[in-house]
Amino acid sequence: MLRFILSRLVQSLVVLLVMSFVIYGLIGLMPGDPIDVMVNSNPGYTAADVARLRAQYGLDQPLLARYWHWLVAASGLNFGYSRTYQQPVLAIMLPALLQTAKLVLIAFAVFSTLAVTLGVIASLYRGTIVDRAINLLAFAGISIPVFFLALILIYLFAVRLGWFPASGMFTIGGPQSFADSAKYYVLPVLTLTAAFGGSFTRFTRASMVEVLRMDYIRTARAKGAGPTRIVLKHALRNALIPVVTVLALSFGSLMGGVLITETMFAQRGMGKLIFEAILGNDFNLALMGLLFATSATLFSNLLADIAYAWLDPRISLT
Amino acid sequence: MTRPLVELEGLTVHFAMPRKSTLERGPGSVLQAVSDVSFSIAPGETLALVGESGCGKTTLARALVGLYPPARGAIRYKGTDLLAMSARERKHTRRAIQMIFQDPYESLNPRLPVSEVITEPLVIHGIGGRAERALRARELIHLVGLPQDALNRYPHQFSGGQRQRIAIARALGPAPELMVADEPLSALDVSIQSQILNLMGQLRDQHRLSLLFISHDLAVVHHLADRVAVMYLGRIVEIAPRAELYDTPSHPYSRALIDAIPRVGQGRRSRGRSIPGDLPSPLNPPAGCAFHPRCPKAQPVCRNEAPVLAPVATRPLQFAACHFKE
Repeated sequence: MLRFILSRLVQSLVVLLVMSFVIYGLIGLMPGDPIDVMVNSNPGYTAADVARLRAQYGLDQPLLARYWHWLVAASGLNFGYSRTYQQPVLAIMLPALLQTAKLVLIAFAVFSTLAVTLGVIASLYRGTIVDRAINLLAFAGISIPVFFLALILIYLFAVRLGWFPASGMFTIGGPQSFADSAKYYVLPVLTLTAAFGGSFTRFTRASMVEVLRMDYIRTARAKGAGPTRIVLKHALRNALIPVVTVLALSFGSLMGGVLITETMFAQRGMGKLIFEAILGNDFNLALMGLLFATSATLFSNLLADIAYAWLDPRISLT
Repeated sequence: MTRPLVELEGLTVHFAMPRKSTLERGPGSVLQAVSDVSFSIAPGETLALVGESGCGKTTLARALVGLYPPARGAIRYKGTDLLAMSARERKHTRRAIQMIFQDPYESLNPRLPVSEVITEPLVIHGIGGRAERALRARELIHLVGLPQDALNRYPHQFSGGQRQRIAIARALGPAPELMVADEPLSALDVSIQSQILNLMGQLRDQHRLSLLFISHDLAVVHHLADRVAVMYLGRIVEIAPRAELYDTPSHPYSRALIDAIPRVGQGRRSRGRSIPGDLPSPLNPPAGCAFHPRCPKAQPVCRNEAPVLAPVATRPLQFAACHFKE
């Protein structure tokens, strides 16, 4: 098990190395460079200024050489400065990372709990009106685009009803309490829950329906086990094996969903940071942001494998 | 005669079939899997239930252990009707009737270690404390001939025969008086079948168990059974002590089954005669005697009148449902 995790970590490092090169290359291929952005915002620059700035940023060197310089510095944990913020990349990234982690973890906890609960209920009432209602809800969540749903929720709960704030992270000049900032999370979490919960509800339901048909469920009934014991101990524990695996894998795509909600609800997280860094050609920041997204996906893959082996005694990791 | 341990009276099990289309009106068709079955099992007795696939053997067994609700009839345990009991009493009584299933590959929960597979019925029926149950599990695993460390492993780490041993240990846990075994050998290799068969016979004798042994193989049944019941399309067509049934079968269907047993040393050509025709659909059973379309002795009366199970002339313990019993 430990060997498996170690070897996967080494593999992940290799993937990150390759990805850093690919991302660096892609950013290098983008039309224009940071100096063009500077010139555009301040027409007072002369051609000599431009040449001096290019040399200062190292932009006059070929792409491969620039990448090599970055790699050498990065191996010493120096990831460079953000051009737009005039600060080290990590200093900018960490608060955004914390914000995103908070949102992702809360949304994940809410939608996975809800999806598993609804999926189990749907499977137990298969074919009835309860099942159909849950199905409809799930499909609605899957079908509505995230940005559109966010707008609807803002209109309904923030504009019309005024229950929750439309955007932001806390009330400016407000009490800075937990309750205050919690209010700002309700709508983004609700949006992500709808977007991600639907497919997992369907998935849990399908898995439960399959497991409930298994012979060992009948064995449990023949033992005299009551419905609670049958559902929770015998059925759910087996039905969750594939669900948990896919849930763990969803961490990666959840990052993509967060990018949209953070933009819609004006929250300063990783999604918004990466988005603005790419638009502003802030390549150091964009590179690190994208590498972070890559590692999130790699990590969730590793998590899925470990969860799988942990849940299913028939699987052993080597 | 001693008081029977378990007695079935007029047991009937229906399954409602789903309608073929939503346009179809009225009630859907009903499959009568078990019709009006009555028999009893004495303490320590082994009754074998034989019949072709689809004749309702498994449904009967599952109804007996409470997995299917019967449409009609009574299941009496030591004289009291299980179906009339309160849920609590019934749960207590169920402890005395345990079941072994056909397929040991599917009937054990893959996420439970063997120790939990075995102790769970004890937990459910509130037998013993934690330490006592652990002790009991060790005792049971020894009883079925598996090593102690089997308790810490998972079902997938065992072969089919070993798994069936685990299933037997599980069923023995709550000290049942009747063991219902639904074709416990059919998923196993032939070489393993005799081991499991011997184990079951041995445990039955040691623990004075009654056994309801379901099989489609009369040769296997011959080793184990005191009495044999033959089932056809949901009904018992003959029930008799083993010797009578094998030597002087009364119902033409029993005779045909016995003739179909392959015998050693008679060459390929007499591999046993097979019964002509297929098992009719239980959704639409033939009128009169259900066996008449395949019966060599069928007469017009068989088409119109269903025969009832009645003693055979000179043998009071042998019952057959046929207008022309031998």
